[in-house]
Amino acid sequence: MTRLVKGGSIDRTKPLSFRFDGREMTGFAGDSLASALLANGVRIVGRSFKYHRPRGIMTDGPDEPNALVTLRTGARAEPNAKAPVVELFEGLEATSQNCWPSPDFDLMAINRLFAPLFVAGFYYKTFMWPAAFWEKVYEPIIRRAAGLGKLSGAADPDSYDRSHGFADVLVVGAGMAGLLAARDAARDGQRVLLVEADHRLGGRLLSENGTDSAAALEIERELAANVQVTILTRTTLFGVYDGNSYGAVERVSDHLATAAPGQPRQRYWKIVAKNAVFATGATERPIAFGGNDRPGVMMASAVQTYVNRYGVAPGRKAAIFAVCDTGYAVAHALVAAGIDVTAIIDGRRGEVMVDTPVRVIRGEVVATHGKSLNAIDIRHFDGTRERIRVDLLGVAGGWNPNIGFASHVGARPSWSDALQTFVPGALPDGMRFVGAAAGAVADDAAERAAPPHIVAGGGKAFVDFQHDVTVDDVRMAEREGYRSVEHLKRYTTLGMATDQGKAGQVLGHAILAQLRDTHIAAVGTIAARPPHVPVAIGALAGLHVGEHLKPVRHTPTHEWASKAGASFVNAGLWKRAQWFTAPGDADWQASATREAKAVRRSVGICDVSTLGKIEIVGRDAGAFLDRLYTNMMSTVPVGKCRYGVMLREDGFVFDDGTVSRLAEDRYVLTTTTANAVAVMRHIEFAAQVLWPEMDVLPCSVTENWAQIAVAGPNSRALLQALLPSLDLSNAALPFMGALVDHWQGAPMRLFRLSFSGELAYEIAVPARLGERLMRELTVIGAAMGVVPYGLEALAILRIEKGHAAGGELNGQVTAHDLGLGRMLSSKKDFIGRVLAGREALTDPQRPALVGLKPVDTAARLTAGALLLAADAPLSPGMDAGHVTSVCVSGVLDQWIGLGLLSRGPERVGEIISAASPLRGTRIDVEVVSPVFFDPQGERLRG
Amino acid sequence: MIIDCPHCGARDSSEFFVRGEVTGDRPAAGVAAFADYVYGRANEAGITAEHWHHGAGCRSWLVVTRDTRTHAVVSVVAALGAGR
Repeated sequence: MTRLVKGGSIDRTKPLSFRFDGREMTGFAGDSLASALLANGVRIVGRSFKYHRPRGIMTDGPDEPNALVTLRTGARAEPNAKAPVVELFEGLEATSQNCWPSPDFDLMAINRLFAPLFVAGFYYKTFMWPAAFWEKVYEPIIRRAAGLGKLSGAADPDSYDRSHGFADVLVVGAGMAGLLAARDAARDGQRVLLVEADHRLGGRLLSENGTDSAAALEIERELAANVQVTILTRTTLFGVYDGNSYGAVERVSDHLATAAPGQPRQRYWKIVAKNAVFATGATERPIAFGGNDRPGVMMASAVQTYVNRYGVAPGRKAAIFAVCDTGYAVAHALVAAGIDVTAIIDGRRGEVMVDTPVRVIRGEVVATHGKSLNAIDIRHFDGTRERIRVDLLGVAGGWNPNIGFASHVGARPSWSDALQTFVPGALPDGMRFVGAAAGAVADDAAERAAPPHIVAGGGKAFVDFQHDVTVDDVRMAEREGYRSVEHLKRYTTLGMATDQGKAGQVLGHAILAQLRDTHIAAVGTIAARPPHVPVAIGALAGLHVGEHLKPVRHTPTHEWASKAGASFVNAGLWKRAQWFTAPGDADWQASATREAKAVRRSVGICDVSTLGKIEIVGRDAGAFLDRLYTNMMSTVPVGKCRYGVMLREDGFVFDDGTVSRLAEDRYVLTTTTANAVAVMRHIEFAAQVLWPEMDVLPCSVTENWAQIAVAGPNSRALLQALLPSLDLSNAALPFMGALVDHWQGAPMRLFRLSFSGELAYEIAVPARLGERLMRELTVIGAAMGVVPYGLEALAILRIEKGHAAGGELNGQVTAHDLGLGRMLSSKKDFIGRVLAGREALTDPQRPALVGLKPVDTAARLTAGALLLAADAPLSPGMDAGHVTSVCVSGVLDQWIGLGLLSRGPERVGEIISAASPLRGTRIDVEVVSPVFFDPQGERLRG
Repeated sequence: MIIDCPHCGARDSSEFFVRGEVTGDRPAAGVAAFADYVYGRANEAGITAEHWHHGAGCRSWLVVTRDTRTHAVVSVVAALGAGR
């Protein structure tokens, strides 16, 4: 055990047992996984990405590049967890990654023998050709050899929550600078939201003081007592977005062995705050020297954390390699904890004035030894060399303020010569950085400032530890022309690991500046982008998973349809009955054919409530509709319906439907299900933006009315039985007639509309009565052979009649293409009129609507098949159109379809080919009129 | 992005549908004039006026003027009152 006998803010009365690679270990409440591993004498935690070098714990925070473990097991296994930021809990299970069979003895370390292969750009150089080898040979090998943990492959069993936070001031980070900022804002009467990634407040104070800071505790108490202040611990900000909005993740139960029932694992916070104060601290910068990745080499600030906060000795015999004064404080902390500090190696040339009882060597560390550190080689500035035996080397290479959030909103980092680091550039209004994140803590700037330090010569000196990028890799990239930081990043993968360059990126850019013989300010650095730390996709998805992915809209007759054997299909957010399975139906197609035949033979009922229904009320309603539709609507008499086509302003067909005039100043129109929302928006644009002077009020009533289609030769008899007091004769309610009356004491609208080509009606009642209406129609209609029909039968009926629907109304067709050119009125202006008249839109070569019938009546026609001349080869440019909709026709007893074919209407009678390269089929089809059944329309007028 | 709807107050941009740049008044006639109205875009890297629809709110069409480089919203007015 390397636990110190006293000290630290762990709770020694609460031991916690946990397992690492199957070994039982013990830590204390308040430990991180990293501190507990160190306390149990674990030095080698994993292996590196490319070379499989042994690696230990290097840092104490989210910049940790080495100590990545897989946390938990089974479906809850989480790869790449950073040991320093994992809170220890009873029963925690962690396993090392990237090594087999163990981190101490890793067979994949053989990669090191091939090290020359893995230099910068090795992907591009080694695996150049043949290109076909990439997918099948190279990539699988690379993936297996160079992994960073594995996903479980199982569904995430946890739940996630979402919350919204609003504040006048968002304070990020609860170190002393953040606490002071929060206190000042709170005293100023502002609403404050303080987020802290740690489970306690204090930040670096927790590492610098052996005990809790009295000053910090006092501020914490003051903030906790203020109702205007919300403190979120275990909450990591991950992004800054437009409009003063922020994303953060709260780890609600990650620190527990198992979440309480109903407790989410994490909560995604969407925060909006007028002002934000970033007290995000600074990250200590490594020094580039040979063997700087060896387990036992640790950032000096981390050494301080493990000793002071966790009461753990990361080594028994230490040295500090420092290029700034902050390394000295760490040496003193070690001495105070009873750890032997052999020397401070001060790498600064020139005068250094720090008062210390420890031996100071003026020189540099040039090499390290041991699988886990046991000695370091030092080169004195006078040229002499010395080897000292130590098992811990603290590295104090200066500081990088954590300024990544500034670049999320486009503020480029700028170099400060005074602070020898990048600081936030020009910040947007309302955003500021304070404390170490701004480059300084109080007046200690001089103690912290140190230029990035690179030791010449020696062995492999790492810059990006997680991705195994060395000084030599940066040198090679520069030599090969990758001289901008962006190119360097992509060529060497420097800064592309899960720590996103937090540890080594600035050092890498300093090396590049040195090689280019220029100032680092001229080289610049990489702008950070969200997320600041990896975020679980589950947290972003929140509750929107599985059946909760999207809202579900049920039609008024949904319950009835489920009981009647309906299978449902998604139509936008709606669930629509696709077919109703009856006893004896072999498959869905049999059900659909049976339903369609019943409509032609007796009567069918179908819920069409999903069609968009919009009422237009006002003195100018008719004139307004004239401008929306291509044909005249102001001349529709009260009590009549008219079919209409709407264009977009670019002249292409937007939507189609019916317009019924219910009163002099009141119309109700229908839209397709798919376009209901877009048409409403379009109408509101016309009313508010194009013609605000018109007296019209559009209102969507889709949700308010249940609408049932009653179609077939027996439909009049069925409705007459339902509505005995009404005269439904041809004279009283002819085809395209509409009437308003009552049913069950509620308003009722009856339209004589037909999509099926049969004698048919659509009856609308308030939505709450929809299910009752459906039930009564079923009961009354039993004697008349009534059958419920779904979307598939609806499609058969409309294809047989050549009515355009989704497949044809694809946003690329004109009214001419659909054979509706005569509906473009020349007597008035309407949306799309002018551009519909463009030459290319009326070109007879354009594909136009036709019917298609396979010559072999047993052949299957496929939607999407290409149409081409019978003798044309199936090659690009030969297609003259495509099949848009297909079905098995009940009346023709064979597959039929609709299609868009160049010069289609002129080609009726011609035999052409329908070829589906996807299915590898090609059949002969006859071009026919799109109206397959009852071309004179006698049935619907019956 | 936050849009300060003149009727509903400051709301998240997810409540809105954006139609695109305001391209002037709808012309009376002429293919060229209509083509310019339908397809013509200044596509300014800077201050741009756009039509936004508050579909999950008051259902008003708004003219949102914003800086396309920073997404900073300069002004939000109802299109009805703005006369276009």
